[in-house]
Amino acid sequence: MVANIGYGALCITLVIAVYGIVAAVYGSRRKLPYWVDSARNAMLLTFPLLTLSVISLVVLLVNGNFEVDYVASVTSKSMPLYLKITALWGGQAGSLLFWTWAMSAFASAVTLRNWDRDREFLPWVIVVSLVTITFFLGLIIFVENPFARLWILGETVILKSMFPPVGSVLFLQPDGRGLNPLLRHPGMIIHPPMLYLGFVAFVIPYAFAIAALITGRTDDRWIRITRRWTLVAWLFLSLGLLLGGRWAYDVLGWGGYWGWDPVEISALMPWLTGTAFLHSVMIQEKRGMLKHWNMLLIILTYDLVIFGTFLTRSGILSSVHAFAQSAIGPLFFGFIGLTFVVSLSLLLHRWNELKSEAHMTSLLSREALFLLNNFLFLGILVVCFWGVIFPLLSELITGQKVTVGPPFYQRATAPLFAGLLFLMGIAPLAAWRHSTVQTLGKALWKPAIVSLLGPLLAAIFGVHDWAALLGFWLVAFVASVTIYEYGRAVIARAHSRSEPIWRAFWELAGRNRRRYGGYIIHLGVVLMGLGIIGMEMFQTETQGTIGQGQEIKLDQYTIRYDSIAIFDTSDGRNVARAVVSIYKDGQYVGEVHPRRDYYYESQQPMTIPGVRSTMEDDLYVLLVDWKPVSSSMATFKIYHNPLVNWLWLGGLVFIFGTLVAAWPDREGQPERVKKKKENLVRSNA
Amino acid sequence: MKHRSRIFIIIVLIGLVQFFALPMITLAQSGSSGTITDDQVNAIAKELYCPVCENVPLDVCGTQACEQWRELIRQKLAEGWSAAQIKQYFVDQYGDRVLATPPVRGFNWLIYVLPPLMILAGGIILYRALKNWKTPVAVETNAVETPPPNKEDYLTRIEEELKKR
Repeated sequence: MVANIGYGALCITLVIAVYGIVAAVYGSRRKLPYWVDSARNAMLLTFPLLTLSVISLVVLLVNGNFEVDYVASVTSKSMPLYLKITALWGGQAGSLLFWTWAMSAFASAVTLRNWDRDREFLPWVIVVSLVTITFFLGLIIFVENPFARLWILGETVILKSMFPPVGSVLFLQPDGRGLNPLLRHPGMIIHPPMLYLGFVAFVIPYAFAIAALITGRTDDRWIRITRRWTLVAWLFLSLGLLLGGRWAYDVLGWGGYWGWDPVEISALMPWLTGTAFLHSVMIQEKRGMLKHWNMLLIILTYDLVIFGTFLTRSGILSSVHAFAQSAIGPLFFGFIGLTFVVSLSLLLHRWNELKSEAHMTSLLSREALFLLNNFLFLGILVVCFWGVIFPLLSELITGQKVTVGPPFYQRATAPLFAGLLFLMGIAPLAAWRHSTVQTLGKALWKPAIVSLLGPLLAAIFGVHDWAALLGFWLVAFVASVTIYEYGRAVIARAHSRSEPIWRAFWELAGRNRRRYGGYIIHLGVVLMGLGIIGMEMFQTETQGTIGQGQEIKLDQYTIRYDSIAIFDTSDGRNVARAVVSIYKDGQYVGEVHPRRDYYYESQQPMTIPGVRSTMEDDLYVLLVDWKPVSSSMATFKIYHNPLVNWLWLGGLVFIFGTLVAAWPDREGQPERVKKKKENLVRSNA
Repeated sequence: MKHRSRIFIIIVLIGLVQFFALPMITLAQSGSSGTITDDQVNAIAKELYCPVCENVPLDVCGTQACEQWRELIRQKLAEGWSAAQIKQYFVDQYGDRVLATPPVRGFNWLIYVLPPLMILAGGIILYRALKNWKTPVAVETNAVETPPPNKEDYLTRIEEELKKR
């Protein structure tokens, strides 16, 4: 019954969405406002209907209706309630439903907020949003239906279908297979929705861009309207990537946070173009340049979002066969191809209207440096995209499967990332329009000298690797430029207005949140850079099998294996938990408890590290294996991860900076509200 | 002049390709005698991928099969095989997919050549675009655009920029 309600709601939404598209196009072309209003109502109606569908699925998950295949594949009786609810995005079908629901929520919010202001754009924003929603609804209803049930025909044949095949009875399973143990982690519970919200929110600026192309309002209005949406999308996507990294570090048990896996890369790619877009729209706003480029970037971002959604859950790029066998792969690729071609055609149609209003006057101006930044981001994108696609191509053409692993990406992207850091150092000090070697040098020399302290300090602490020293210099350079630039403005303002420093600091940030939020984000990147240098260049590891009371040494650390306890838990796990003492330079500094959880249901083991964490480093201990208690031997793998916590701290600063930049302005209030306030103040005075 | 720039591009291209395609293999020391440590095994396993899982390096793969493969590496090391020989053995048995990066030959050249080529092409396009943008307005600049900021008043510049947002 509940499954029928959920499925029925989906089908009705599909009809309404298609109607909304037709009504919006017709109303807009014929200039019939009531048709456009009707399309808007259709758009708004998709949200409650999809909410009903999502609630139905959650009810099925919580109740344990294992006749529904999706419910059986991601939940089991022993799972706690919160995991049963979050299993909504634990598998592909549920994820797609969640995605569509979030898309509908964002698109509805846009139509509600901007209806009066942007009437000419909105019909087309509705069309783009509804086309996207329709595509996903089609996938959910016809290919990946989360409400499909299992039926048994005769003795053995089990069929998956929404409605009973002739002569079959419902196949009732006593219990489900449970959520993949790897996904039962707080990081993994919040990570996918953050990523999806980021993906979905990027559809909004794309929708406005397309609306601008169709209506011919190709000035920077679409960018100004969607500025905050873009930042919100970027915030969620960044948060999703960070949480994903933290999850990998805590759960996957390989001592790292980023493995250049195709699924990770698929989430990074729209972030790369999105970040390039965030920078280059500023050039259009300030100088009226790069209009074609911004359109192209947001079109790319949209299609990478769709590509990412498809890759995240499908695992389809693992082999040509997996791709060919799934119905979903060709559909996704077809949709991506179609939207890309249509968007590009629209762009070409308006090509001449998108001419630059100004000219580049200096190769060292901020706009030129921003353009260079875009070039580097796109360079990284090329490496990532090619690396993800290549194994599939190789198998298709030569029949040989290959792996494109971290060494390829690290080698290819490291110089590009270093270039980005360097630009991050000089661009904030370059002026718009005019900047020469002299003016830039004059602005840069002080922070540049201070930044030399970075590698100097590192060298004093015994770092001699040139790449590491270069890394430390870049990080110090960006930090000193950012602090110098912000500090100079704060002091200047404090002097001229006789304000206390803290007030000047606050007021200045409030005057242009995007600019100073951006600086905070840059500082976050600097801190993250420290963590990445520490991990990539100085991580050490060792592994050994020892008896109780015996020790393993790694760098300045010694670990001693004290004891092990093996027990069953009520949620269906067998846990082996070791107690390990840690000594640093011979001094006892604490104990950690590396664990190995074996999930009976899914027959999957999971390795949970025991970590001693400080700002200096992490000692990350894994229990790889253990022998029966009688022989009391256990194998430990130990990673020494210098500076890794700066990565997480930097992530927090990064997110804070994005929040500062995206926070609604007071000036954002509608004019009439401001005027009312002014009148009120005047009448009071 | 054109000829020289072409040579320059070719040199840059060769440099880039070499940079990308350098054999990404570091040889781990093989234990010539005595017991083989886990670290010696992992040094080789780290550069191999689990032949049956997707994108999991052999040194961290938790499956039973991978444990046996690591044991195999240990045996081979004990028998005096070098790291390169062991890797070759795995490639012969399970194909190129066990290597962390595709070997530089045949079709695989494309993975190393295409990104630097595209980045280089992008760089050339960017350079041309910047140059084209710059040249025609050299005269116009002085007339139309605002004068270069030789004012020392930093705060004024900041205020101006903030106003323009």
